Amino acid sequence: MNILIMVIFFLLSAFTLLAGLMVVTVKNIIHAALWLIGSFFGVAALYLLMEAEFIAIVQVLIYVGAISILILFAIMLTRHVTGEGVRQLYQRWWIALIVAAALFGLLIVPTVFNYSWNTVPPVAPGQTASISSSVQIGTAFMREYLLPFEIASVLLLVALIGAIVIAYEERSTRRKVLTLAEEVALRQQRGEPLRDVPTAATASSPETPAANVPSQP
Amino acid sequence: MPSMVEAVPLTWVLIVAGGLFCIGLFGSLSRRNTIGILFGVELMLNAVNLNLIAFWRYLEPNLVAGQVFALFIITVAAAEAAVGLAMIIAIYRSRLTVNADEVDTLRG
Repeated sequence: MNILIMVIFFLLSAFTLLAGLMVVTVKNIIHAALWLIGSFFGVAALYLLMEAEFIAIVQVLIYVGAISILILFAIMLTRHVTGEGVRQLYQRWWIALIVAAALFGLLIVPTVFNYSWNTVPPVAPGQTASISSSVQIGTAFMREYLLPFEIASVLLLVALIGAIVIAYEERSTRRKVLTLAEEVALRQQRGEPLRDVPTAATASSPETPAANVPSQP
Repeated sequence: MPSMVEAVPLTWVLIVAGGLFCIGLFGSLSRRNTIGILFGVELMLNAVNLNLIAFWRYLEPNLVAGQVFALFIITVAAAEAAVGLAMIIAIYRSRLTVNADEVDTLRG
């Protein structure tokens, strides 16, 4: 049984880390968002394996349900110039790689090799381990964590109003949506390739089938 | 009832969480797209939560503080994502780009 749990842990951790790696390395930003959802699911499953079922449900609800949808909408709203064919990483990305690897070493070496954690003793067979339940979490939120709980709700309200104020645009100053011709002009001005713009957009008559139009250089 | 505490040592969970944190750090430092930077931040917050839950389960399973802190971090992450994405949309509206190295008005 322990072997089974170990195997499940390894599979979940490998999936989570692999999905995280894909998030930071994949070129298409929408694919990165989908891998991010996979990573959130892996972390939720790890919570479930650690018997924190309430946190796992909250993780699926908030991260997978809310934040991912928010991110996908933001990608959709800013997608005009962020397609493939544009460089996705900084030129000196290897400095970031060195920093991250050095931090990993600095974090892991002292905690794993130079410190002995006094974890809880294993429970005797026949007994159940005493773990704080969701009921106790709810009680704690209404008692000793009441003030942070209220502050968190005020923070969410502030974030809600702030997001609306920042992203709000008055109707008089609203920029009109780019037509395809304007986007082609914008890309040519920036010197970007015209790969994912439909070729029919540059043709004179919109009825012409795209296959008959000679492709743009 | 077997649990993860007997099967998997705490340090393995810490290694996984540290790896996830460093992956997120690399992503947020190396991506040009600001939405990609937010992805990295979300990964780091997830790693921190994983650490908190692991410490709660392995060290103090009787106290609720670990789970409560993880819930607060999830709340703050939700607020951060909402405000961050609103800022990205506002930047995109005014400058028609979301690449962090092209938004350099404050550069000295």
